[in-house]
Formats: sequence, C-alpha cells, structure tokens
Amino acid sequence: MARVVSVFLPTLPTDRIRRTDPSLSPDTPLVVIARSGSKRWIAAADRAALELGLRIGMPAAKAQALVQGLVMIDADPAADLAVLERLTLWALSQYSPVVAMDPPDGIIMDTEGADHLQGGEELMLSGLVNRLRGRGLAARAAIAETWGAAHAIARTTSRETVIVPRGETARAVNRLPLSSLRLPAETVASLRTLGFATVGDLAAIPRAPLTLRFGPEVGRRLDQMFGRVAEPIDPIRPVDLVEVQKSFAEPIGAPETIEKYVSRLVRQLCLELVKRGLGVRRADLIVHRVDNTIQALRAGTAKPVRDIAWLTKLFRDRIERIEPGFGIEKLSLAAIIAEPLIEAQSASSLIEEQVTDVTPLIDVLGNRGGQRSFRVAPVASDVPERSVQRIAPTAAEDGATWPLNWPRPPRLLARPEPIEVIALLPDHPPVSFTWRGKRRRVKRADGPERIFGEWWKRSSEWVAVRDYFVVEDDVGERFWIFRAGDGVDAETGSHKWFLHGMFA
Amino acid sequence: MTAVVATSNAVLDELREKIASLEGAGSRKRSVLPFGVPELDAQLPGGGLAFGALHEVAGGGNGAVDGAAAALFIGGIAARTTGKVVWCLTRFDLFFPALAQVGLHPDRVIFVECDKEETVLASFEEALRYGGLGAVVAELVRLPMTASRRLQLAAEKSGTLGLVIRRWRRQTEASDFGMPTAAASRWRISVLPSEPLPVQGVGRARWLAELMRVRAGEGGEFIIGACDGQGRIRLSSDTADRPDQTDRSFAVS
Repeated sequence: MARVVSVFLPTLPTDRIRRTDPSLSPDTPLVVIARSGSKRWIAAADRAALELGLRIGMPAAKAQALVQGLVMIDADPAADLAVLERLTLWALSQYSPVVAMDPPDGIIMDTEGADHLQGGEELMLSGLVNRLRGRGLAARAAIAETWGAAHAIARTTSRETVIVPRGETARAVNRLPLSSLRLPAETVASLRTLGFATVGDLAAIPRAPLTLRFGPEVGRRLDQMFGRVAEPIDPIRPVDLVEVQKSFAEPIGAPETIEKYVSRLVRQLCLELVKRGLGVRRADLIVHRVDNTIQALRAGTAKPVRDIAWLTKLFRDRIERIEPGFGIEKLSLAAIIAEPLIEAQSASSLIEEQVTDVTPLIDVLGNRGGQRSFRVAPVASDVPERSVQRIAPTAAEDGATWPLNWPRPPRLLARPEPIEVIALLPDHPPVSFTWRGKRRRVKRADGPERIFGEWWKRSSEWVAVRDYFVVEDDVGERFWIFRAGDGVDAETGSHKWFLHGMFA
Repeated sequence: MTAVVATSNAVLDELREKIASLEGAGSRKRSVLPFGVPELDAQLPGGGLAFGALHEVAGGGNGAVDGAAAALFIGGIAARTTGKVVWCLTRFDLFFPALAQVGLHPDRVIFVECDKEETVLASFEEALRYGGLGAVVAELVRLPMTASRRLQLAAEKSGTLGLVIRRWRRQTEASDFGMPTAAASRWRISVLPSEPLPVQGVGRARWLAELMRVRAGEGGEFIIGACDGQGRIRLSSDTADRPDQTDRSFAVS
C-alpha cells in the first residue's frame, strides 16, 4: 500500500495576497470576493475574518455590513493556481518523486520509500507544515494509505499533522462526515436528507440501491477512500527536467532485468547531465506498472554527482524493494535536483597523501532506511550533555575540538542516575556509593570540577552548580559522579548525588 | 619466555617471506599498525594489528556491558590511523570528548546510528568494502560466524582495519564471547586500579589487556597504561613500589 500525504492549504488565496502585499496587517480581516454576473460572494476568508463570523459563500454586501474595515479583494483563481503549482514543484524537489496538485487548495504526494530522507514520516510532516508556515501559508497535512483518506483527514481535522498507521484507514475514516468524500454538493445534500451522516454509515449499507439512486460516483469514492480501487497520482513534471525513460513492449519483472535497465538509464542520464554541465543531487526512479500504479525510489546525494557507478549503486541497493506486480511497462529516471558540476582534478600533487572522498559511502548509508549518519562537533558549553551536537556527515571540517584539561568518560548515561553516597560536605568526594544496588568503596578520587548552570539558557539554572568527581573503586572501575549543588548553599541544588558516566 | 617467542617469530617471519616470494611480488601486501609496545607487538604476526582484518574487543567484568574501556582502546587505535573513521552503533551513549582526549578528532569520525543490529552489520560491511578509510568500528552484541566471515572478507578485500566492540545488554550475555568468529584477533580489556600517584587522586588509567586469540600467533596478557593524547598505550611498569597492587586478584603471566 502506498503512503499518501495530502497537504491542505485552507487559506491559500488570502495567504497569497498577504505575501504579495506586506502592508496588510495580520489582524485586518481579509476576504476574497468571487463574482458571477451581479452576484458577489466570499470565496475565501482568512482567520481574522472567520473569527468575526464571516463565512465562505456569504454575500459580499452582507459581509461588508457586518464588519467594519474589511479588506475585500477580487478573487484570482489563476494566480492561486500558479502559487499552488509553484508549491507543488517545490514539494517535488523536497519530499517525494510523486507529487501532484490537488486543486484548488491542496497538494497530494506519495512518500512511500522517500520519507527516510526526511527522518521518517513524523518529522517529514511537521517539517513540511513548519516550512509552509515559514512562507506565510497555513497548512495541514495528513498521511494515510489512500488519496481519499488522506484528503479527507487533512480537511476535517484541526490538528496540523495526522499520521494514520498502516492498516488503520477504515477505522480512521469511518466517523468522518459525508462531505469529505469529494462528492458533488447536491449528492451530499440528498444523502444527508436520506439520513446518512458519516462515511461509515454509507460504507455499511449495500451498494446497489446507492448506485441506482446516485450513479456510480458514490461507490467509486468510497472504494478509493478504503483503498479498494487504485487512484494513481499523476506526478507533476517541471519543464526543464532532466529525465530519461524506457518503455517496454513486453512488461518486465525479474530483478536482474530491472537492474540492467536501471544501469542503462543511469548511463543515459549521466550523458544528458554532461551535456548541460550538471550533477545530480536528487534522483528519482519511477516505476510504471501495467496495473496503472506507480512506485518510486528516491536517492539523494550529498554533493552534485555524475558518476555512473555511484548513482547505479544508490539504486541497485534498493531494487529488491520494487514490487513488479504484473509487470513493469515503463521506467523513468529523473534528476529532480541538479546543480552545476565542475570537474576538478582530485590530486594536485603526487607527494600529497591522497585523501579518500567518503561522500559516496555517506550517500549509500544515508539512502538506506533505518539509520542516520552524522558527525559530532563541540558546542561551547560546560554542561556535558550539551557540549556535543550532531552535524551533517558532510559538514565543513573546522578542526574544532573540546578543551582537554579535564578527563571525560567515554560512556555517558543518557540521564544521570541517582546514587546513594556517604560523603563529607562541602567538597569531599564520597567515601562510598551505591549504584544499581551495588555498594562500592571509593579508593581514589579526583575533584571537584565545578560546572555552573547556564542561566542564559534557563532561568532555573541561575545559581545551579554541579560538582563532578572522578572516583575509582576497589577493583579499579572508574566513574564520573556529581553532586547537584555546591554542598553549602541549598539554593544551588538538591545536594543529591548522581552517576553520569563510566571511565575506562 | 619472551626470548623464545622472539626467535620463533623470526623463524616464522622467514617462512612467511619465503611464502610471499612464492606467491609472487604482486601478492597482497599486508601491512600492520604496531602498538609501539615491543612486548605486545611481538605477540602479533607482522608486529602489529593487521590492516585488512577484523579485530574484536570486549570489556571484561562490568565493562562487558558498558564497554567503556573497549571503546577507548579502539578509539586509541583509530586515532593512530589516517583517514576517515566510520563508527556504526545502535545506542549512541559514546561521549566524544573522551575520544578526543585519546587523539581522535571529531572531524574524522562519521557515526552511523542504526535502528537494528542487522543494519549495523550491513553498514559495517558496506564501509569495510568501501576502502580508503582509516578504520571502521562497529558496536555489536552478537557476531555470528557467517557474518564475521563476510566482514573479514570485506576487510581483506579493501585492506581496511575493521574493529568490533562487543558489548552486551546484560552481564550474563557476555558468555557469547566464547563463540568462535573469523576475526584475526580477539581482545578483552578490563579495568585495573589506576597507576599510583605520589599524591591523592586518580592516576593514569590502567587496563589488563588480554589477547585471547590471534590468528597465526599466541595470546598473552599485558598490564597496560591507558591511551594517552595520541592514542598510544604503554606497558605499565610493574615495579615493587606499589603496595596497592599486592592484593590484586588478577593472575598475570
């Protein structure tokens, strides 16, 4: 089953106007007016206008009478569509190989096999919503197994992101209102008259009378929502896309055959890229199957690449994930993000030691699911758990490291564990301590190393102090323990002891 | 005893040279990474840790679970190589400032944090196969024979130094370390009371390094001083002026 993300932009027309006209204050109610002959009504309203009681479909004159200082702007569906198209192309480059517009106010995409590049579905959705908000667009996103379900959930929920787990589609959509079925308004109205309120009500009754009364549309929409009928997403393609494809007269299915054609496509793509002086940053392999469904594999690279072996490897690792079904009729390979690539001589001197470029390895590791690669870098903080940050594996090497004046343990507990100690205050190391039920006598100790709280981060750390000791027990096991507080002033900490790490 | 070992090694070296000349000049040249400790290097064929091979290190005692000493020992070895280091693990409880203190620079190390142990094995193999890296490290609970053979072959092919830290979730699981693997050497690093200082305080950390198994060589036990700022270990001077060592319960050869 696919994983379909539906993005809903509830206030796209008003958000677009605000973006182009920054003089509009966010508090001013703003509505977009559509007209047909002499009739004028509200086609879209922003949050401020909605809070004042204006509704979509309300006559413009009434709205004007109700709200003072209402900004009314004529609707421009073409401009809205252009914005939506731009957003869709952006989503294509960022999130998934299979993205399409879902007009008038949505984007639909299949992120099966692509969410790992964003760190999983949860991070992907929240990141998507946050980035849209950063562009001044209100958005809600839902992920489910079908277009119908994701579309309905994104438009009925009040939460910003919803994830419907695999196999739970039916449970998630049963209680949604009929209006979320993407049916014509008249059909929904007459269904309501007949006493149906939710999708579940409609799904529970026999299909034949419904079809007789309303035609096949109702049944089709239900099947699409529950995933009984495929609803392929026809992916949007930018005009200047570097894309190569291969159609097969006879559908293929064997992994070896797929692999053969994939490496051919990669070679073709690289030739195209050479012509344009580009290197690929993100490449999509789209598999069109005979049953009219699409499967896509996306591979990202850390820097522009035009290396045939490298690119082939990125896809070859995952060819086994392609389910050929009844056969594959078309393969297409596109460089979704391509950047200028300048060929450079790798070794400038024969004497210099050749440094191996590890970017291809990082790409291979990064394109596999279930793992993250990163480097660590120092942060200017004395608090041990804050002194290390994760950075991208390909981040620039700045040679920074930690100050080496105090010993640090190679293993740090995720959170300090409380220990019971016998110790003299204020600055003596413990005589003995009990950790995880085992009592240890302290043979030798070093310390205290005083670490102050960072008041600029949290006001509760204004006076906080930790006194760290290196302690060694009878058998030579060395631990890093600390006392919260300076041992004199109760304000500086609880004076409780904790074990924070293990020395070698 | 050391003298006997030394001569036998000389004979062995001669034989190895002969075999190498029979294999032809183009045969694979195996280089080693010496520890710089003559007694220790003498126990290892070629006089050091072989590149293009897999080496297993586990912690002894409680260290089998946290693997702190094993990690630092490995960190010291990796620090003395050149090139990037790939470090694959499932639970990231490594505190890098400690590794920086044995000379491993953070710019050199790429961590791969995996969800499952199988993914660690796959990434480890991928990195070993890649070639051109200083060392590839993996923290593993289990290392089955078949997997270790694959890894050993991958390391041989690319000539990369493969280092495995064996650490367990529970103390009882450490018995798994008795199972055979295809690794070229197997070590156990346990902590010992630190080197005595003339004043109060914790001295240089000391380890009992047990070379439990080494291909084409004999094992041994060494009391070593922990890695210094350049990742070097040294033999701990076993002199008499250490009253605290009299009650030590370790049997040292």
